[in-house]
Amino acid sequence: MRFYQFWLRFRKNRAAEISFYCILVFVSLALLAPWLSPYDPFALGQRPFLPPQSGHLMGTDDLGRDTLSRVLYGTRVSLMVGVLAAATSLIIGTAVGSVSGYSGGFVDELLMRATEYVLVIPRFFLALLIVAMMGTGITKIVLVIGFLDWPEIARVVRAQFLTFKEREFVLAARAMGLKNWEIIFTEILPNAIPPAIVVGSFLVARAILLEAGLSFLGLGDPELISWGMLLSDAQERIWFSMWLAIFPGLAMSLLVLSINLFGDGINDVLNPRLKEK
Amino acid sequence: MAKDGSVKSYILRRLLHALPLLLCVVVFNFTLIHMAPGDPIQSLIGEFPAPEAYVEAMRSAFGLDKPLYVQLWLYITNILKGDLGFSFYYRQPVLAVIVERVPATLQLMIPAVLFSALAGLLLGIFSARKPYSLSDNAISSFALLGYCLPIFWLGQMLMLIFSIKLGWLPSQGIKTLGAELEGFKAFADRLSHLFLPALALSIRHVAINVRIMRSSMLEVSYEDYITLARSKGLDEKTIVARHMLPNALLPVVTIIGLDIGFLFTGSVLVETVFGWPGIGRLMYESILKRDYPVLMGTFLITTVLVVLTNLIVDLIYLWLDPRVKYGRK
Repeated sequence: MRFYQFWLRFRKNRAAEISFYCILVFVSLALLAPWLSPYDPFALGQRPFLPPQSGHLMGTDDLGRDTLSRVLYGTRVSLMVGVLAAATSLIIGTAVGSVSGYSGGFVDELLMRATEYVLVIPRFFLALLIVAMMGTGITKIVLVIGFLDWPEIARVVRAQFLTFKEREFVLAARAMGLKNWEIIFTEILPNAIPPAIVVGSFLVARAILLEAGLSFLGLGDPELISWGMLLSDAQERIWFSMWLAIFPGLAMSLLVLSINLFGDGINDVLNPRLKEK
Repeated sequence: MAKDGSVKSYILRRLLHALPLLLCVVVFNFTLIHMAPGDPIQSLIGEFPAPEAYVEAMRSAFGLDKPLYVQLWLYITNILKGDLGFSFYYRQPVLAVIVERVPATLQLMIPAVLFSALAGLLLGIFSARKPYSLSDNAISSFALLGYCLPIFWLGQMLMLIFSIKLGWLPSQGIKTLGAELEGFKAFADRLSHLFLPALALSIRHVAINVRIMRSSMLEVSYEDYITLARSKGLDEKTIVARHMLPNALLPVVTIIGLDIGFLFTGSVLVETVFGWPGIGRLMYESILKRDYPVLMGTFLITTVLVVLTNLIVDLIYLWLDPRVKYGRK
C-alpha cells in the first residue's frame, strides 16, 4: 500500500515517470545483452568501417566489430559501475554523517574537516592518479569512485542527525535506556535515509560520467567494453567514421539524463516541501 | 567592506587552514608510491628504461634503503624545496614540465569561466522574470541537458559539426602550426582555435549557473524589500539591477568557486579531445607514458590552484556582501 502511494505521487511528475521507464529499458538491455546483441562484441571479421545499415544498425569499427553489440555490452559496465560506486558512497557517507552528527564535538569537527578536504581536492585527478598507479580493474574503479564521492551524502545525513537527535522520540528512547548504536540504527537512521537516497541517485549518474571519463583517458578495465572506451576509440577515427562517436555518447547522455530526472522525481515525493511552485 | 587589517589576517588564517590539506596530498602521494604494485622506484621515475646510475641516484635521493619515516621526511623536504621529482620522459624537472603547460590551460579556463558566469547570469535572470513561461521552460530544459551531456562527447560532437561537417573552425591545437602570423591575424587564429574547446568546457557550468541564478532570483523576489521597491513605484529594470541582482549573486559566486575543481576535470577531457597543449593534455600523455612523477606533481599543483581560487572567490564574496564579516570563527 505504501509503495502504491509512493508510485501514485511519483507519477505526477511526467518527466520522472518517463525516465523511470527509460531506466528500466536500459536495465533490461544490460541484462539481456548476450541475447540481444546481433554479433559477438569482441568478434573480428565483419567488414571494417561500415556505416550504419541493415545488419549493422550502428555500423562497424576499425576491426570490423559491430558497434550496436558493443554499445549494448557497454550498458552493463556503465550501469554496474554507477550503481555499485554510488552504493559505496552511500555506505561511507552515511557512516561518516551518522557518527559526525550523533557524537558532535571533536569527532564531528574532525570528520567534517575531512569531508571538506575531499570536497575541495580535484577528485577526478585523484581518481586518475590512483587508477593509473594501482592498475585498471573494474573493482578498483568502482571503489575509487565510491571512496571519493561520499561528502554530499555525509553532509545530508549529518544534517538529519542534528535535527533529530534532540527530538522527543529520541529523548524517550534514551530515557528507556537504549544504547547509542540502537538509537542510531533504529530511531534516527530511518529518518536520515530518504534524503540520502535522493543524493545517491544523482551520484549514480555522476559515477557513470566519471567512469566514462576514466575510460576515455585509457584508464578503463581493458577486459570489458565501456562507453568511455568506445568514445576514446572513436576519437582518432571521428573524421571518417563519426557513427563510432555518435551512438555510445547518445546512449550515455540518455541514461544520465534519465537518472537525473528520476532523482528529481524521487526528491519531489520525499521532500515535498522543497518543491517550488 | 571589512577593515584591511582583518582581511589580511583572514587571508593568512585561510592559508594556514589549507596547509593540512596540502600535507595530506603530499602524504597521500607518498603512500601511493609505496602501495603501487612493484618497486617504489618505478613509481618515482615512471616506467622507462632509465640508466642504472640514474636509478641509483634516485634511490639515495629518496632514501629508499632507509626506514619509512625517514623516506617520508625526505619526500616532504624535497617538495618544500620545489623539487617535485624529475620526468624522465621529458628530461626536465616535473615542476618545469607542469609550469610550462599552465598558461595554455588558463587560456582555456579563464574564457570558459567568464563566459559561463556571464551566460549563466543573463539566462538565469531572464528565466526568473517569468517563471514557468515558455522561455523559462526552454532555458531550464537546456540547462538540464547541458548538465547531463558527457563533456568529452559534447566536445566531439561540436568538433564533428563545426570542424568536420561545416569546416568553420579548426579542430585541433591552440594555433595554426607553421603559420607565421602577426598582430590581429595571430589573435584571430588563436580565437578560432579557442572557440570550440571553451564552448565544450563551459556548457556544463552555464547550465549549473543558470539553475542557481534562477532559483536565487526567485527567492529574492519574495523578500519584503522587493515589495517595498515595487510599492515605491520603481521600474522593473531598477528593481532587478539595484535590488535583486546584488543579493541574488551571492550563491552563484559560491557555486562558481566550488566548480573550479570540476573545471579542471573538464579541461583534462576537453584538452584531450581538441589536442590543447595544457595540463590536461599533459596528464593524458603521462598516463599513456606511465610518467608517474608528472601525474603526482599535477595532482599537487592543481590542488594548490583550487585552494587559491577558492580563497580568491571568498574574497570576492567579502567584497560583494558587506554584511559578511570574517570573524574568528
